[in-house]
Amino acid sequence: MTVTTDTTVASAALSALATVRDPELDEPITTLGFVASCVVSCEGRAVVRLRLPTYFCAPNFAFLMVADAYDAVTAVPRVTSAEVILEDHFASDVINQGVAAQAGFVKSFDGEAVAELGDLRAQFLRKAVMAGTDQVCRPLVAAGVTPAELQALTLGAVPATPEMSRLRQRRQELGLPSDDSSPLLVDPATGDRIAETAVPLHLRKARVTRAGIEANTSICSGMLRVRYPGEGMG
Amino acid sequence: MYEKDGEKYFIVDSHMHYWNAAPSNWVKGAEQYAKGWIECFHAYQGLGPQETHWPIEKFMAYTEDDLMKDVFQDGYVDIAVFQPTYLKEWYAEGFNTTERNAALGEKHPGMFIANTRFDPRDGDVGLVELARNVERYGSKGVKLYTAEWNNGSRGYKLSDPAAYRYLEKAQELGVKNIHVHKGPTIWPLDKDAFDVSDVDHAATDFPELNFIVEHVGLPRIEDFCFMATQEPNVYAGLSVVIGGLMHARPKFFARVMGELLFWVGEDKMTFGSDYGIWEPKWQIEGFVDWDYPSDEFSDFPRVTTATKKKILGLNAARLYDIKVPAEYQLPVVPSAREAEESAQLVTES
Repeated sequence: MTVTTDTTVASAALSALATVRDPELDEPITTLGFVASCVVSCEGRAVVRLRLPTYFCAPNFAFLMVADAYDAVTAVPRVTSAEVILEDHFASDVINQGVAAQAGFVKSFDGEAVAELGDLRAQFLRKAVMAGTDQVCRPLVAAGVTPAELQALTLGAVPATPEMSRLRQRRQELGLPSDDSSPLLVDPATGDRIAETAVPLHLRKARVTRAGIEANTSICSGMLRVRYPGEGMG
Repeated sequence: MYEKDGEKYFIVDSHMHYWNAAPSNWVKGAEQYAKGWIECFHAYQGLGPQETHWPIEKFMAYTEDDLMKDVFQDGYVDIAVFQPTYLKEWYAEGFNTTERNAALGEKHPGMFIANTRFDPRDGDVGLVELARNVERYGSKGVKLYTAEWNNGSRGYKLSDPAAYRYLEKAQELGVKNIHVHKGPTIWPLDKDAFDVSDVDHAATDFPELNFIVEHVGLPRIEDFCFMATQEPNVYAGLSVVIGGLMHARPKFFARVMGELLFWVGEDKMTFGSDYGIWEPKWQIEGFVDWDYPSDEFSDFPRVTTATKKKILGLNAARLYDIKVPAEYQLPVVPSAREAEESAQLVTES
């Protein structure tokens, strides 16, 4: 069978894939190089191939990415069906079949998992909020903003940088206060404003959380390059 | 021993291996896991300098001669601590067993410390084996791999009652150091497999034992750091941190080291090459030369020659009661002054 590709729809599908993030690394799967290929036939049948840095990457995060990619591509206009294939992973078959059947994580890994992955995703979104707090606050601190001033700042009073909009978006996803009048510094678990005396420790925690995520991302991208020397798509 | 600029460093490689991952050792029906595992390890080697990369054939089954040359002759190591990993679901004779390690150690007296391991899911039989290994090999430490597969179970937690039973037994036998692998793992599938809270519980309940978290909980350094600040008997095992980041990602290496020095402190960090993933030579040379790359890091704790001596050997020597010749030790003056200062604080308060 010859597959003819609808490049316009394929390009739209790729844009949709750019909205899918590795929940742990908090980066789009496209920039991470996880999308090996994305094609859409003239009949609207999309086939996406994903790849990960190692054979043993955590199956829970892998499942989330495959499922999110499936949802994102299925929602693209003129895509009539989507198949997302995770390659070269110890749980490829289970994940691919589970996502294709819309079975959910627990049913896909029958007997090996007892909970869906919503809590896990939220846990990592909270880490992303902490890391984002460091990204936004570090330049402010460098410019001389004191802990007391930071504590009093609202989201609307902070310069609108890409880091700021990213932080606001993550807070929205978690259901944390995210309008202009919301405090800049909040506890990512409760949404409560951070007390002034707790600001230095909060910033330290934000910094180490960001260091952890970025170091992890750097190891994952290094491993991916060792495993797949070619560039990914997106 | 490593010497640079007139400074002498006593080197304890507190986390290294002598494994057999050759295809002849793969369990029938589990070949894909045995192969996937060693290929995954091999990819990690790719994060070290190009000239230290090995072909996969050598990587699967390096020899005794390779190890002695890489670790001791070229690698500056004075004492190396074997950390076994069994993985018998995938490797017929085990990946890296106490017996295999000890057999090599016995040929080279005084150069190795043979740690053993346990698995709480092995019940009474495992307790007997633990006692036998400690007695036979003089093990002062164990390596625990909480994500290991075992008869249908794909992992356990250090806080499980069965694990406590083993920790009690280990302590009774004279084991001091519990090395826990908290790095890339698979199980439990629906939770965060890197969670270090089980170490937190065990460290609180077993204050006489030291808990060395190998790979510092990567990729959850922050969780590890918060935990380590609260537990005086928790250490940061730097295997993977130096090997995986120092060469490949120097900027992130600096950040991670800075955070560890801030939260955990230079007295509770230990070097481990993770050989055969990475050779110790380049790691030791690079770390002795290392400092923060820019002013961006000015609010992190400073890194001194003393810091490096502690991390490369003196801290682990303390954990394992290794006699360190005087020429490698730190001058005693600063610690005497510290003692005096703290005595003053006590008097003043």
